[in-house]
Amino acid sequence: MREYLLRRLSLLTFMLFALSIFTFSLSYLFPGELLTNLSGLTNSNYTSTQLLEAKYKLNESLLQQYIAFLGRITHGDWGISLSSGENVFEHIRILFPATIELCVYALITSVVIGIPCGIISAVYHRRWPDNLISSVTMLGFSIPIFWLALLLIMTFCLTLGWFPMSGRIGLLFEIDAVTNFMLLDILLADFPYHGLAFQDALHHLALPTIVLAMYPTTVLIRFTRDSMLHVLEQNFIKTARAKGLSQAQLIIHHALRNALLPVIKQIGLQFSTLITLAMITEVIFSWPGVGRWLIDSIYQRDYPAIQGGLLAVSMFVILANMTAELSHSLLDPISRNKAHGKI
Amino acid sequence: MYKLVLMLLPVLLSGCMKNSETERARKAQGLVYCAEANPVAFNPQVTTTGSTIDIIANQLYDKLLSIDPNSGEFRPELATHWDIANDGKEVTFYLRKDVQFHTTSYFTPTRTFNADDVVFSFSRLFDVYNPYHFVGDANYPYFQSIGMDQLIRQVVKIDDYTVRFELFNAESSFLSNLATDFAVVTSKEYAQNLLKIGKEAQFDQLPVGTGPYLFKHFLRDNLIRYHRNAHYWKHPVAMEQLVYDITTNGTSRIAKMLTKECDITAHPSATQLEFLISREDIRVDKAANLNIGFWAFNTERPPFDNPIVRRALSHALDVNKMMQAVFYGSGIAAKSNLPPSSWAFAPQSQLPEYDPEKAKQLLLEAGYPDGFSMTLWAMPVSRIYNPNARKMAELIQSDLKLIGVTAKIVEYEWNTFIDRVGRHEHDSVLLGWAADTPDPDNFFTPLLSCTATFSGKNPSNWCNPEFDLLLTQALDTNDIELRKVYYQQAQAMIAKELPLMPIAHGLRFQASSSDVEGIELRPFGGISLAKARRAQ
Repeated sequence: MREYLLRRLSLLTFMLFALSIFTFSLSYLFPGELLTNLSGLTNSNYTSTQLLEAKYKLNESLLQQYIAFLGRITHGDWGISLSSGENVFEHIRILFPATIELCVYALITSVVIGIPCGIISAVYHRRWPDNLISSVTMLGFSIPIFWLALLLIMTFCLTLGWFPMSGRIGLLFEIDAVTNFMLLDILLADFPYHGLAFQDALHHLALPTIVLAMYPTTVLIRFTRDSMLHVLEQNFIKTARAKGLSQAQLIIHHALRNALLPVIKQIGLQFSTLITLAMITEVIFSWPGVGRWLIDSIYQRDYPAIQGGLLAVSMFVILANMTAELSHSLLDPISRNKAHGKI
Repeated sequence: MYKLVLMLLPVLLSGCMKNSETERARKAQGLVYCAEANPVAFNPQVTTTGSTIDIIANQLYDKLLSIDPNSGEFRPELATHWDIANDGKEVTFYLRKDVQFHTTSYFTPTRTFNADDVVFSFSRLFDVYNPYHFVGDANYPYFQSIGMDQLIRQVVKIDDYTVRFELFNAESSFLSNLATDFAVVTSKEYAQNLLKIGKEAQFDQLPVGTGPYLFKHFLRDNLIRYHRNAHYWKHPVAMEQLVYDITTNGTSRIAKMLTKECDITAHPSATQLEFLISREDIRVDKAANLNIGFWAFNTERPPFDNPIVRRALSHALDVNKMMQAVFYGSGIAAKSNLPPSSWAFAPQSQLPEYDPEKAKQLLLEAGYPDGFSMTLWAMPVSRIYNPNARKMAELIQSDLKLIGVTAKIVEYEWNTFIDRVGRHEHDSVLLGWAADTPDPDNFFTPLLSCTATFSGKNPSNWCNPEFDLLLTQALDTNDIELRKVYYQQAQAMIAKELPLMPIAHGLRFQASSSDVEGIELRPFGGISLAKARRAQ
């Protein structure tokens, strides 16, 4: 296990290093003034230009500049956004929790719906529940989420009026941002409308969560189904069946444990897809998260913001994947020995 | 697993049910206004952007006096009364007592509003010794465009509640200019506090005023939150909160009206008006608005320095087609550069009508038988006076093609656009002007005078001493009949010289939930939500 952890850790270090090199080079690759791309300050006068050049070590070697860059990143100095004039890191700190919140709820939803549906369709293989679930899955898998989002908005917001179409909570609820996770903040906040605010936040969450959960749910259904079918073919299941175990005992005690292992790994891997899809969802539902902000920044050619946003999102995806793999290896001892690049 | 699903079901379902209690609590709390853009600043002195003024001016601040939109008379605000002496060169204001500035998380006033605040607020605009004059690069676009800095000699405090404005020369539009949304009174005490800690820039970002609402929170691209000013001097404010939901997309704003996420929306687009009017739960208000949409030529650049060329191009314009395709009935074709509701309005027969043949003939006369190519700048945002400049530009492009002129449409992001037009980089531009006061001078001096050329607000880059003389003469007298004569001459001059071709006057529309009352939609200046409340 220790060797495995070390290997993972070195891989993580390498990936973060590559990411930092990429992000670092972005300011040189973007069009426009280098100093503006780095600092986010436009029209600076002579003295401040001198100061900035000293700060970014522009007159020294690239290596020095890179080291200065790493120092700034670790100290939370990610430059100033061109469009808002505020610290990029501060933006990310406020916006990222909203994205994570949305992704986590979507992931929970897809696990809660996806895994049971996958099991059902494996158990009733080639019978009507399987056919039904498989065709709905196929439909959900193929539908582009921006279209699904618009359809849902048209039906449930504009025609039926059941759900609001934007934001995290009714704007008149004034919630102090402590953790920036809305539901947590509501629980922490001290004001008379607790219940109402919580309900309202759930209300706002419903549609974006459904839209975002659609893709991972279908993937999990298909994955669980395949893995379950594979396990049900195994000899130990046949033996168990021959011994006279009931179908329920067979599935719950023997098949499920084995079938879920690859699925758990898959759950973690879904996170990176989720972050990508979350950007689209956030734009459509005006969800004030990091994805919408990043896309706005791209429109506004706000280079420091694009750089910071990319760094934050990719770092998060790398860490999430790593966590997923680690937790998978905790549950599945065999995978620990599947080394990368080992002869 | 199924147990978990069963446990979660009620939670999920509870979200689906529309709870009437939620609705009531929400409504009792306040009002949501769907705004079209982030505010540029929180101090109306430093900006003229209409979307920003709508959000900040009447909500956070008060002026010395205002203009009654119906009668056109001056109404007392922070000044209870005023008198004019010394041939109009001295205006003395007597100030209201016991007016409190906002108490916010970043400022607690220790005294009430007095003459010091007035002196500070106005001297900032022109006095280089005012410590705040150069904060924000000394940019006071409205006051600079009307030459206020050359008009006020000084502002003197007589006693705690009396202030005298001493002018270099009498100007009849002086009081109306003080009644615009830009001439707000800010807190001197707050300014001094910030000066002590060296955070002057915060003054225009975290506002302190005397208005009906006080600033609470601004999250860029998301929302602005105001709370009720419990000590508002004028009347009790009904709404606990006022929230601006910043929604840049016009269709989203309409959709949010339908889902009741917004109570009021700014500038619904002309194409959606009919649909909104057909809904029972939405009220659409229409107000005549003092504005003008025009096509301005850069008169310093050949061939546009030739009035015959300008006339030829204007003759090529099919205004009727534009009224249908761009305004959808939400505007009226211009007969002068002044809107018909202004008291100085006189329809101009000299204004070119649609006549491509005549246009070609004039081009021939000016020495361009084969036409030429030019740039046509179209503003990237929708405004009352031009809901869709891009579309209008395309129409003009095809009209110009008929007379052999090739137009290239140029677009930039709004702030860059204004900057570049201010530097006169364009050949011609589709732009407009919405008035801040009912005084007709507001359509001339800030737009077409020589001072406006220097401050970059004159899109025609047109400086005509004769025209400026007319404007000065009109400002030098208080005789309204005489002023009318001068302004009519000025209008005739514009119709003859055509530094800009007036196209249309837009009507201002606003959609609001039918249970919201008391929104003041005025023909000039920004919107006021001070008296807004929910119907019982």
